[in-house]
Amino acid sequence: MALVPEAIRFKAVGQTFATESGPLTALSGVDLSIAQHEFVAVLGPSGCGKSTLLRLTAGLMTPTKGHVSVFGHAVDTPRDDVGIVFQQATLLPWANVLDNVTFPAKHKRGRVDDMDRARAAEVIEAVGLKGFETRLPAELSGGMQQRVGIARALFLNPDILLMDEPFSALDALTRDAMGFELLKLWQSSPKTVMFITHSIPEAVLLADRIVVMSARPGRIIADLRVPLGRPRDERALRAPEVQDFAAHLRELLIAKEAMI
Amino acid sequence: MTADADIAPAHDAEEKAPGLSLTERLISAPAALPLLTFAALLIVWEASARIFAIPSYILPAPTRVIQGFGAVDAGRWVAHVWATLRVALIGFAVAIAVSLPIAVGLAKSRLLSRALYPILVVIQSVPVVAVAPIIIVVLGTDDAPRVVITFMISFFPLVVSMTTGLMATPPELIELSRSLRAPQHREITQIRLPYAIPYIFSGLKISITLAVIGAVVAEFVAADVGIGYFIQFSTSMFKLPQAWAGLVILVAMSLTLFQAVSTAQRVFFPWSLPKERR
Ligand SMILES: Nc1ncnc2c1ncn2[C@@H]1O[C@H](COP(=O)(O)OP(=O)(O)O)[C@@H](O)[C@H]1O
Ligand SMILES: [Mg+2]
Repeated sequence: MALVPEAIRFKAVGQTFATESGPLTALSGVDLSIAQHEFVAVLGPSGCGKSTLLRLTAGLMTPTKGHVSVFGHAVDTPRDDVGIVFQQATLLPWANVLDNVTFPAKHKRGRVDDMDRARAAEVIEAVGLKGFETRLPAELSGGMQQRVGIARALFLNPDILLMDEPFSALDALTRDAMGFELLKLWQSSPKTVMFITHSIPEAVLLADRIVVMSARPGRIIADLRVPLGRPRDERALRAPEVQDFAAHLRELLIAKEAMI
Repeated sequence: MTADADIAPAHDAEEKAPGLSLTERLISAPAALPLLTFAALLIVWEASARIFAIPSYILPAPTRVIQGFGAVDAGRWVAHVWATLRVALIGFAVAIAVSLPIAVGLAKSRLLSRALYPILVVIQSVPVVAVAPIIIVVLGTDDAPRVVITFMISFFPLVVSMTTGLMATPPELIELSRSLRAPQHREITQIRLPYAIPYIFSGLKISITLAVIGAVVAEFVAADVGIGYFIQFSTSMFKLPQAWAGLVILVAMSLTLFQAVSTAQRVFFPWSLPKERR
């Protein structure tokens, strides 16, 4: 087997915040390695430090303990090859779909050129929004807004895609559909994905590996390979061994809740 | 991906069903009800002024107020209106120009906000009406002191609304900006300022009305032209109907300016309005 480069590496990472009620340890002793083009879901209850994990990877902050590196380089500032999708699409309400997608270019370099617009057309088509370029966010449904959010993150063609509960604000049906579409996107244009969620079915559907975190202080209590091949469909998800796997995850999460 | 997801209705173009009762129709036409109320008020006012023979220096009837418009010729009215309008608009413009950098500073720097905010509150607590005579003595009797007074009355709500707006940006967008390592000034111009537009406009609407008040207050203290001056001069001569006429013009000016600000928002920043008012 060819050696796959390591995309993301956490080494004994701890994160403590100074708060008004004293220091708050959000993460403690986190060791994690994600290979290039691997799809890893991070599963855990809210407040366990999942978003903190993502911010550390994005270089939006540096850990109080340990080291975070991306493609072998210590992360001390945001990198161009990392894209972020947030829980809320957080689009610019005054800008249409096209301008929202090209916003990274406008914001970084101060202007948008023809190449940017061509690239935007590509990602807009990839997320299924062709024909909606001139719509304002307020004219789109929640699912469509989040597609714009994904297109904006893909626009700079990052190697690493960080997704922080991107579908949790959507209704159940849209959420399932978006999951399958994300898989198609990922298969046609492979990326390293760190996908944060607190939904077991979503993690099982999407990920190669699932990292389960404990409640505060967040630490990794399990790191499991999903027993499913690709491509995946609804039927594969109903296989008994997949159901057993999901039940095991549930036990882990419940045991963890009991520790609070 | 496919885009079969529904599109949220941006405008519901619903037709009014025929056969509505009069009350229903009145309620659905936004201008009708207040206009009718106002007309009724005028009639009651006119009638009581006549029936009870209220002296016009206490409460002139609406018809007497209309006669009051004839007290001076049109050219003189224009001069009065222009004097007040000019000071109100210049003071308003100065208020915008001063409050914007202050608001950016307050929003961006905790140090600056700790240093500046108490001073701003003190300035705001100074009763401008009481300071007006001092300002006039210091700055003379042309437009400058009147503009300063107008500015002092109208700038604080702008600072507050702009600062609030600049800080209301979703934190994710600021993180996006940081993750792109974009220059700081673009975070302000491309994210924070546009996000603050709805807040800025609510500040502008308060501020433009205060600017008219400021101009009038300044004219009360020292002026030889302007609606404020005209009202004060007329009352000192017990010519109440023409003072009322001046007041009507002042109200019309305030409303027009307020409406102009609202219209500017609707024309240039339609996305910043709640959906049903676009
Ligand atoms: N900048 C911060 N300052 C203080 N506390 C924070 C900060 N960011 C996160 N926290 C705290 O750290 C814990 C983990 O937060 P977060 O990573 O957002 O959790 P999750 O995404 O799993 O819900 C929470 O208790 C949160 O309140
Ligand atoms: Mg979170």
